[in-house]
Formats: sequence, C-alpha cells, structure tokens
Amino acid sequence: MLEKIKSLREKAIQELKALADSNSLEEWKRTYLGKKGLVTQLLRQIGSLPPEERPKAGEAANLLRDELTQLYEEKASAIKEAERLQAAKAQAIDVTLPGRRPQIGALHPVTQTLREIIEIFSRMGFGVYEGPEVEWDEYNFGLLNIPPEHPARDMWDTLYIAPPYGKDGNMLLRTHTSPDQIRVMELTKPPIRVVVPGRCYRHEATDASHEWMFYQVEGLAVDKGITMAHLKGVLTTFVREMFGKERKVRFRCDYFPFVEPGADMAMDCIVCGGKGCRVCKFTGWLEILGAGMVHPQVLRNVGIDPNIYTGFAFGMGVERIAMLKHKIDDIRYFYANDLRFLKQFRA
Amino acid sequence: MKVPLSWLKDYVEIKLPPEQLAYKLTMAGFEVAEIHRVGELWDRDKVFVGQIVEVKPHPNADRLTIAVVDYGASEPVEVVTGAPNIKVGQSGQKVALALAGARLVDPYAPQKTYFTLKPTKIRGVLSPGMVCSEKELDLSDEHETVIILPDDAPVGMPLADYLGDIILDIEVPTNRPDCLSILGIAREVAALTDAEFHPPIIDYPEEGPEAKELVEVEIADPDLCSRYTAAVVLGVEIKPSPYLVQRRLRAAGMRPINNVVDATNYVMLELGQPIHAFDYDKIRGRKIIVRRAREDRTFTTLDGITRSLLPDTLLIADAEGPVAIAGVMGGMESEVTDKTKNVLIESANFNRVSIRRTSRLLGLRTEASLRFEKGLDPYLPPEGGKRTAQLIKEWAGGTIAKGLVEVHTPLPPRRTITFHLSELERFIGISYPKEQISSILGKLGFELKEEEPQTYTVTVPTHRGDVTEPADLVEEVARIAGYDLIPTEMIPAPSSPQIFPELLKWEEAAKDVLVACGLYEVKTYALISQELLDQFGLSYPLPLLSVANPMTPEHVFLRPTLLPSLLRTLAYNLRFQDGVKIFELARVYLPRENDLPQERMTLAIAMAGEAEELSWFGSSRRLDFFDLKGVVEELVERMGISNYQFIPADERTFFPGQTAWLKVGEDTIGILGKLNPDIAEAFEVEEEVFMAEFNFEALASHASSRREFKPVSRYPAVVQDIAVVVDEEIPAEEVRKVIMEAGKPFIRSAVLFDLYRGKPVPPGKKSLAYSLTFQADDRTLTDKEVTKLRERVIRELERKLGATLRG
Repeated sequence: MLEKIKSLREKAIQELKALADSNSLEEWKRTYLGKKGLVTQLLRQIGSLPPEERPKAGEAANLLRDELTQLYEEKASAIKEAERLQAAKAQAIDVTLPGRRPQIGALHPVTQTLREIIEIFSRMGFGVYEGPEVEWDEYNFGLLNIPPEHPARDMWDTLYIAPPYGKDGNMLLRTHTSPDQIRVMELTKPPIRVVVPGRCYRHEATDASHEWMFYQVEGLAVDKGITMAHLKGVLTTFVREMFGKERKVRFRCDYFPFVEPGADMAMDCIVCGGKGCRVCKFTGWLEILGAGMVHPQVLRNVGIDPNIYTGFAFGMGVERIAMLKHKIDDIRYFYANDLRFLKQFRA
Repeated sequence: MKVPLSWLKDYVEIKLPPEQLAYKLTMAGFEVAEIHRVGELWDRDKVFVGQIVEVKPHPNADRLTIAVVDYGASEPVEVVTGAPNIKVGQSGQKVALALAGARLVDPYAPQKTYFTLKPTKIRGVLSPGMVCSEKELDLSDEHETVIILPDDAPVGMPLADYLGDIILDIEVPTNRPDCLSILGIAREVAALTDAEFHPPIIDYPEEGPEAKELVEVEIADPDLCSRYTAAVVLGVEIKPSPYLVQRRLRAAGMRPINNVVDATNYVMLELGQPIHAFDYDKIRGRKIIVRRAREDRTFTTLDGITRSLLPDTLLIADAEGPVAIAGVMGGMESEVTDKTKNVLIESANFNRVSIRRTSRLLGLRTEASLRFEKGLDPYLPPEGGKRTAQLIKEWAGGTIAKGLVEVHTPLPPRRTITFHLSELERFIGISYPKEQISSILGKLGFELKEEEPQTYTVTVPTHRGDVTEPADLVEEVARIAGYDLIPTEMIPAPSSPQIFPELLKWEEAAKDVLVACGLYEVKTYALISQELLDQFGLSYPLPLLSVANPMTPEHVFLRPTLLPSLLRTLAYNLRFQDGVKIFELARVYLPRENDLPQERMTLAIAMAGEAEELSWFGSSRRLDFFDLKGVVEELVERMGISNYQFIPADERTFFPGQTAWLKVGEDTIGILGKLNPDIAEAFEVEEEVFMAEFNFEALASHASSRREFKPVSRYPAVVQDIAVVVDEEIPAEEVRKVIMEAGKPFIRSAVLFDLYRGKPVPPGKKSLAYSLTFQADDRTLTDKEVTKLRERVIRELERKLGATLRG
C-alpha cells in the first residue's frame, strides 16, 4: 500500500509541475483530490486494509492529501499571477505619449503683473481706484501743480483730443495715472490708501524701451502722520515681495512738480546683482518708480489742509516691472499680441 | 549739462574722487548720466607739452616741415608735420607732442579708431613722433591744424596733467535752471561735500565813455521783459579765444566761434545767464527797444533762416526794426563778425512763458531759450553783463564803457519762509540737528534768522525760484543730508476700509473664466486708424473722438468698438497657427458733448480655425458658432446670471442667420456671431471668423456671486429618452421650453443629445432627441407618474409645435 501511495505521489507531483494554465490545474485537482479522485479513493481503501497496516497507510495517505492540496494552492496562485501579468502585458500602453490636456488660455502678462502689484499693496491696506483715460488738462497737469506753459510739461509729451470735443488743448489722453490722485482725494476723505492701475498715453516714438501706450500703477496714501519713512517702508516692502527678499533699494532725490520732497526708487540689478551690466546700463541699479510726499499745493487744490495731513504718492510703469520679472527685452511685445509671446506666460 | 571738473574747480574745491562726487550728485537730484574722461589714453611718458625750437623745411616735400620740439628731455626730437599752422622759420609755439607708442585716434578713419604711433619715414625723413591735432587726441573733430597750447604751458609736462579732464554729464531737473551753470553745480557740490564756494570776482576798469551816451534802452512790453541791461565794449579785436577757453567750451558741449561770442557762451555756462552780443555799429539809431513783433512778420536769424513771427513774439529791435528774437536767437544783420569793432552786450530777463511759446512755435530750441523758458533769476542780468564785458576785455581787448544801461520793472522782493523745524520730522519722519540744518541751507545760499528756538525766517536766494514753501526747505535738507538717512518704516493700517471698484472684481472674474475656456487675453491699442474703421464700415451718431496731434495715421481715433483691433490681432496670429481664440476686456470711448467721453468697459471675443490643438488623439474640426456661444454661456452663468437668452440678430457686421443678440432680462448686452465674410476678407482671413462684443458694464450689473442652494434629492431619478420631429424653422429653445413646461412639476432637465436631418425624416423637418430626467424631492416616482408626464410632454409638443414622436 505504501508503495502505491508513493508512486501516486510521484506521478501527481510530476504532472503538476508540467501544468501552465488554470484549466488543466483544475483538471489535475479533480483527478487527484476530487470526490472520485485517486487520493480520495486511496483514503477509502484504507478501511479495507489489515488492521496492522491501517495506521501507517492512513497517515501516509492523509499526508499525501495535505501535501497535494498545498501544492495545488501554491500552483494556483502562481498560475493566477502569471495569467494576470500576461493580461496586463496585452493591455500595456505607451505612457510617454502626451496626455489629453484641457485647453486653457492665459492672461496677458500685463494683467498678471497688475494683479500681483495690486495684491501686494492690498496686503498693506491699499484699496483700488480707476479713473478716466481721457482727462481734462486741469486734472492731468493743472491741479498737479503744473500750470499751462510750466516748463515741467516737457516731461510728458501729450496727445490732445481734437475738436469738437477738445477745445484749445483742454482735453487729453492722460500721460500718467497721477490725475487720479486728485480724483481719489475729491471722492474720499483721509485716511486714504489706494493704488490706481490704468492705461496711459504719450506722444512718443516707439522703441525697445518706449511705448506710446502703457500701464501705470499710481499709489497714494494721505493721513495724519504719513512720512517719507513710510514711503520707504511701503515701497521697499513692495520691491521685496515682487522681486525677492534679498533685493536692495536706493532712494534718491528727483523732481516731479506734484511731490515735495521728490524721490525715485531703484533696486539693485536683478540681472547682475549690482555689478553692472547692459540691463542696468552699468550702474548696478534699476530705476523702478518715481515717488515723493504729496505737494502741499496739491493737497490745497483738493481742499485737504496740508498743515494737518501729509501723504505720499508714487507711480510705476507696469510693463517695466513685467519686463524685469520675466526678462523681456523689448516693450513692443506687449501690444503686438503675438500668441507665440503670450503663450509663454501661462501662469 | 556737461560739467568739466577742471572748470568746476575754479569755484569749489573737489574733495572726492569723480565716481563718489557723481554718486553724491546723483543722490541729491542731479543724476550723472556719464563720466567722460578726457585724455584717458594719453600715456604720461609718451604724450607731452612740447615747444617748437625751430621749424625746418622738409627736403623732399613743400607741404611738409620738420619741427624740432623740446619736451624737457635732454635732446629735442625732430618730427615731420603737414600742419598749415606750423611754418618754416617759426619757433616758440607750445604744442602737444606724441612719441612712438602713444595711443591716438586715426584722423582718417570713418569711425573712431585708435592706433599706436610708430616711428615712420615720411618722404624719406624719419619721424619718431608727431605734433597732434585735437582729433588725434580725441578732443574734437578738429584736424585742419595742430593744437597750439598757451604760452605758459609748462614744457615737458605730461599732456594728461595739463589738458586731461573729467566731464560729468549731469541731468539737471526742470525746476533748477540755476544749475544749468557751472556755478550752480559748484554751489551744490559745496553743500554736498562741505567745501568752500568761490564765485568769480567781477572787477574791471571802466575807461570808456558813459554807456548811456552810447545806447538807449526801452522796454516797450514790460510784461514780457522784466529787466534789460546793456554794456558796451569799444575797440575789440576779433580773433579766436585763448586755447584753454576754447577747450572749456568744447568740453561743455559748445563750439568756439570767436573771442566775443565765446565770452557770451562762457558766461552763460558759468553763471547760467544767457548773453547776446550785437555788433554795436549795426544797431541803428543807437537804440534798443524790447517789444512784441506786432507788424513785423519775418526775421532772419543768425543761422541764415528766415522765420515767420507772430504778433506776440518778443523781439529786440533797434530804431528801425528787429535785431533779435528775444531770448531765442540773434539776427544775421547785427551778428558779431570778424569786422566787428564795437560790441553791445545784452543781459536780460525775459518772460519764461513767452520764450517757451516762441521757441516752440519756431521749432528753435537754443541754449538760451532752454534756460529762459525755465525762469531765471531776475537779479542775475547785471552780473552777467559785467562778467561778459570783463572777459571780452581780457580776450579781445578794447575799453569798457562806464556803467550799464539798465531798465527794469520793480524787482520782486526777496522771498522769506517761516520754517518750523518740526516740519522736517512731519515730512521725513526723523529730526535733524539744528547745526546740520543751518549748515546745509547756508551752503545753498539761504539766509537764516532764528525767531524762536525751533523757528527760522529763511530768506530764499534769488536764484532759487523753485523754493516757495516749507516743504521745499524740507527737501533741501533731506536731499543734501541724503535720503539714505531716512528710516524705513511700515505704514500704519488705515482706520477705515479702502475703496475697491465692483466692476474690477467682475472683470478679473470674467478673465479667469475666459482663460479657463481656452482663450488668450490680448491687449490692443486704444487708438485706431480711419482705415480700420472703414474696413468695418461702422457708423456712429456723433463724430468719433480723435487725437489732435497723432503720431501716425495708424493711431488717430479713440475706438468706439474693440472688434476691428481684435480682428486684426486674430488675422495676424492665424498666419502662425491653425486655431486662434482670443479676448480683450478694455474700454471703448463714446463721445459726450461738453464732457469727457463715456469710457465703457467692453468685452470682445474672436475665434477662428481649428477647434482643437493638433494631437495624436484629437479630431480635426473647425470652430463654429456653438464654440463661441458655449464660451458666452459659460461666462454668463459663472457670473451668476440665469435670465439670459439668445435672440436671432441681423446686423451687417455679422453674417445673417448665424448671429444672435445676448439679452439679460430686458437689457441687450451685446452681439455674437459669424463675422460678415467680406470684412474677414478685408483682413485677409479666409477662415470663418466668430466674434462677440458685449457691454461688460451692463453684463456685470446683472452679475452676482450669490447662488441659492437647493437640497439634493435622496430619491432616484428616472431618465427617459424621446425623439420628436418638428419643422426646420422651430428653434430648439422653443422645443426645450415646451418640454420643461409640460413636464412640471417633476422634470429636472431636458438635454438635447441628438439633432438629425435626412431619411427617414422628411425634408424640411428635423429630429430632436432629448434625455428627460424626472425626480421628486420627497419620494420615489412611480412608473405610472413618469409615463403620465412623458405622455403630457409629447401631447404638448404636438399641440404647440406640431411635433410628431419619432420611431
């Protein structure tokens, strides 16, 4: 009997080894371990053996059954794994193919830069105002302490509105956002903290760094106790938020008729780090904006008492900020609207 | 303003290296744009002050000579020269001598080229060096003659030490005409570096007759001329100015003419007071009249150009007619020439507005007009006249007539400002030591009188017309002390919330939606051309706003619509890519009588070409009306607007049958559709173009960020499909409305999922298939209920639209 068990075992194991798919594995299971399987039959024959042989043969047959059952399970999981791999192989794709990207456009870089500027100033408590692009000469110049024939008018080459609407140069395209200082102060009372984004226009030939239409952001703060130290604080913060914490700034005296004292702010060149290069014209500094304390005459012009209130104002060119940020070397790209340019600013 | 340091040194000690001085000036408001070094290349052991010992003929050439030049070495050198001002037999002239190895400018090269001098045989004679012209030394373009240095030039001194200079090119701010002068800059330098300031001493003998015996001056229009002084120098000898004077003028950017004219320019550069010299003998009737042009219509200026005058143009006239355009340019007739013997010197103060207008009208900006139009010190003319007389006598000889002939209106009183020192802290944020304040203001020429411990009465110097109130004094102190000293402090938060335009929020929100819809934002010029308008063939009730002084015909009209600019941008980009989808959100300008125009925020969209970007999975499809409409629907709904509708439109800018008005409530917001192909063609676009333009302000007025929450039903929805056949003319929106009405109260949506024409649908008809969703909020709908609603829908479609159920 033991001989028989032994040979049955060898046969079963040999057959199992050769199996490669789940169907033949089930066939094998039926052949040996099924209800009418060879091992099952063997177990049934135990009872008919002489009593002295029974314990040994029974033990061996049971062992055989357990062993084959275990081998079956091992084999079954191996085959399952192999079959799964095969199926995956059949469905494999080239994962390096480009994905299906949703088609999304982009904001114009000037819009992006404007948003960033406004966001930085709004964190410092500044609201927003927008004024007209077609302006009275009185607002663009007169109320800003630049009366007609003032020599400082040469600082802004102006586009005037023709008759019948403009009469003797009384209406123009604003040359800067500064007239909105007047409009804001006419509209609201101190405390004032506001930035004014908007398009401006100059009668100017276009080249790599000049454009006749451009955006400015004006800033104005009027309150009791506003000083030049606050001006430096706000603008230094702006530069560092916009261009990095490590930026150095320089304030120097400059002249604008509507501020006194006047200033302009430069930051160390972001290209060369202040060593001197073509971008900073070998000075190490990049001029960013003009600023100053609101001229007492301007405050008087809008009925704010300069003995009680002080304020500061500043104005910056948005394209220049965008150009420095993105290393754009020609301002003319902005209004050429070439999608090959615009698509580079998918931010 | 070009400022040679050698000249500046006459009036102030220069304590700092040029770079540091330039930095200080820049920080104080006088930006130094460039530091130019004269003689940077002149090697100290190769270029010298030399003296000609003897001039010998060249053995082989008549035009050449051999100059024997002593330059302090043990032996003189013999150099060959072709200079016409070095003649055989002469000796004693001081010259600029360059020896082999010196780096010079090639005078014959078309562009500035440097070369290193080598010993050269010239027509058989070896020349180990050369006597130099200004051009060879990079001093000017002068190459006719070689430099003849002043007699007192020290022989053997390196030329770099004698003629080398550093020139600061300073951008003088408009409010500081006093600093359009070497003296003005010297005063700044004195204050900035705490140095002594020494103005020139004007002192000379007056040996001639009384000036008032020689000329009479009348100011006929005192509103345009507040002060006129005339000085007379008799018996001058016109010749070139001394060499060093010429050098200074050139270094400061002016061309030397002759000693008299140079004296006028020199004084203008030195003091900032423009001076004009007349040939005294050409002044008819010995009389100067300062008057408006009135009947005089033309005048020939000394540059030989005949210029037309306006009746208001201020002139200098003599007894018979104009001799100069006041403050701008003198006349040809009375110009100082080689033959001039006697000179009349004008030093005056003219009305800045008048000079500015004249100079603009004539298109003639001169060094004089540039200064006058900024407003000059009314106390300066006598000083300018005297200084000029002094220099003419020094350089051209002659005798100076006694006194000045002077006419002036009452001079403005000296301005005083009450200055509380606390103003400094109020503006700047820090206080300055009293000694520093008085030292800075004192150096700048202000006179201080202490009234109370913290209050001064400050008398403003007459050359500082720009200083009128305490804030101006604050700037003076702050800038000279340096803005670097000002601390950096964060501004306190405002005590009330700040304004923010509601419209701007919607603009930004709309931009984000449009970008998410695949559109690129563009920004186009606000000024457009007549041609662009014509191509669109639009007409408006009022004449358009235009610019009086356009730069080019391209940019003349303030646009009343964004469409032409956007179409042009679309056309441009279609040259480089197959599909273009763009938008612009910008103002259009609508004229109003007697007021600023209305600037209406407007949204325009344009698209054409391939619907999808090229890809390995994509399909090729051209953009159509529904691509545009889909974007508009998405935008409108994202702005929280639900009561909108599209109404077929017929507008000639667009293509009939593929165009709709967008209405929200009762308001027509704008238009969208296929562009009239004729217009597209005018822009060389063959594609079908789809464009939209909306009054964004009207749209935003309906916008809301509030969404009303509806509970999500917990009960299952039942979906049923129906397909109906209707007449071609019946709009799909009508069908949908009937379904939604008939399906009440449980219909949730009716989604059109198929639109079919062709067999077996009869011609003139179309089949519309809808997926209907029914749902109740409080229970599960029964089959019976749904079937009943479905039947009602079909019935109503039949009754109202003549629809038949398909299949």
